[in-house]
Amino acid sequence: MSTQSTDPPLVRIGLFLRNNPMIPLLIFLFLLIAMLEFMRPGIVMPIRAGRDGLISTFWVGNLIKFAIPLAMLAACQVLTMLTAGIDLSVGVVATVAAFVCATLSSVWGVAPAVLVALSTGVVVGLVNGFGVGVVRVHPLIMTLGTGLIATGCLQVYQRQVINAGTEIPGFLEWLGIGRTLGMPNGLFLFIPFAIFILWLMRYTGFGRLLFALGSNERAAKLSGVRAWQVYIALYVLSGLIAALTGLVYLGMIRQTSLSLANPLLLPSVAAAVIGGTSIFGGRGSYAGAVIGALILRVLDTMLTLMQMPEGARTALFGIIILSVTALYARIIGTR
Amino acid sequence: MNALVRKHGWTLGLALLLLCLVVITRLIQPSFGTSGFENLARAALPFAFATVGMAVVVIVGGIDLSVASMMAVTAVLAAVLMERMAGVPALILVLAAGLAMGLINGTLVVLTRVPDIVVTLAMLFVWEGTALLILSSPGGATADWLEASIRGSFLVEVLPKALLIIAVAISVVWMPIRRSKLGLSIYATGSDELAAFRSGVAVGRTKIVAYGLCGLFCAMGGLSLAALTGIGEPVPGPYLLASVAAVVLGGVALGGGKGGLLGPLIAVFILRIIRTILTLMAVDPNVTTIVEGTIMVVVVMLGTWATTRGSKR
Repeated sequence: MSTQSTDPPLVRIGLFLRNNPMIPLLIFLFLLIAMLEFMRPGIVMPIRAGRDGLISTFWVGNLIKFAIPLAMLAACQVLTMLTAGIDLSVGVVATVAAFVCATLSSVWGVAPAVLVALSTGVVVGLVNGFGVGVVRVHPLIMTLGTGLIATGCLQVYQRQVINAGTEIPGFLEWLGIGRTLGMPNGLFLFIPFAIFILWLMRYTGFGRLLFALGSNERAAKLSGVRAWQVYIALYVLSGLIAALTGLVYLGMIRQTSLSLANPLLLPSVAAAVIGGTSIFGGRGSYAGAVIGALILRVLDTMLTLMQMPEGARTALFGIIILSVTALYARIIGTR
Repeated sequence: MNALVRKHGWTLGLALLLLCLVVITRLIQPSFGTSGFENLARAALPFAFATVGMAVVVIVGGIDLSVASMMAVTAVLAAVLMERMAGVPALILVLAAGLAMGLINGTLVVLTRVPDIVVTLAMLFVWEGTALLILSSPGGATADWLEASIRGSFLVEVLPKALLIIAVAISVVWMPIRRSKLGLSIYATGSDELAAFRSGVAVGRTKIVAYGLCGLFCAMGGLSLAALTGIGEPVPGPYLLASVAAVVLGGVALGGGKGGLLGPLIAVFILRIIRTILTLMAVDPNVTTIVEGTIMVVVVMLGTWATTRGSKR
């Protein structure tokens, strides 16, 4: 779709926005930040409150720090949504990985604990991949079911180790809480991670296969794609990412809990959708999902600042997610 | 006879499974009589309504992730209203509220053209917030006659009132619709939306009505929740996953257009009876969760495998 010089300017702007879907998202993000600054002058730009600094590195650092686990889980959703699937077990997998790592660190040492934690993600991913790829169960049901099974296993495991101590590995704390030059150390993990995901989606055959399976599964299979292999690899990767997120989140929250990362599940889906990933498959963008995660975090801060009753905050959260996705659908023009 | 069996094969299989499980329960606990069955039916009532609502939406080709939240809203609404006004008007108000919530869900799905998963995901938060706004912590009170209406048996010893209530609800709401043009539209829209549209079916309106029906059933579920506990709790319960699992177990295809309401209903009782059996066997409650999840996954796997085997593609 190219613009003619005789097109009215609004049409050309519309086409420009449609061809560069990141731009409306970034505009919306900055709008939200501006609103936040308006609501509480000085939170973003301390200079407006009479303090030093044009942009508050503390606030930006905080925003990024809490957006990192959300963005990592959103990667799982983006990858699975590309194939018209979804992964609703990531919250539980992250929680399990965090819990296992914390409880095993004091018993077996840090490295084995981390390995075991990551392998739980792989195991859940294998089961998911088998169900979705081989038996062809709908991913929504499959991942819901494995999430439930994993929750049960976690509860049983917790009973077993209820007497053992917990220890949060030092490097996880450094990743979660530490700051370098004002920016959270988690970025040391997240930036390579994001580059990996972007590279995976755009420049590898595997990424191409994901798009292909989501666009037209039958055509892909007829072209020789062994779908079940792709699905198993996909959900194993998703489980691995979720486990890694659990470890990162553990370092941030520094508390073991049986529902540590569960509140991150639905927002991760929201972030992926806001970022332009189609739930029907075939279309998606991780960069958009990262911006979506940032948008959600700013929204969260805004809503907390408004000091509204918890109910109003939750309801507003839902309304905003809905409006953003509806607006996005209108601007982009497709489903 | 053959055609009848083939058409309702899945449901018949489920009924048989339920029967076997009841027998197993009697074997494990010979004293499990009508009171035990009555307890089971009563506890299963909210799950049953959630499942029935979800089934209607799945048949029309969509999904509604906000069923648990809608039930929470109607439960607290019932608790708050019944404290202040007479029972029957409160009941009607709650049912109307549920219907309204469902219609809002449906309208948003149709108007915004955003996928139903995303819309109902967002509405899940909205309704959850609404429930918290109505009642910020568990409280309120329900009319005594409401609690009494689902307790005990009706006429005969073996017929729990709870079972009767759900049977009546389905017959009054769903049966007439199913036989009507609206029911045909619902199945048509679920089966192939484009073909239905081109055949003149008012697809948008049909979907909105289907979501409205879901909201209505969720309102009944919320009422049964309030009747069970006697108060209103603004926190959504575990009804989403259970209802989806029961719907799939009940033979309703997730793509829509196939299945009825009886299958999911029997599936709900099967799932609840499995839980009862595990409790009777004194299994650790956490292990019960694992077993439930595994059963749901395995059954769904088998069901999907069976259907894909049937239609060789």
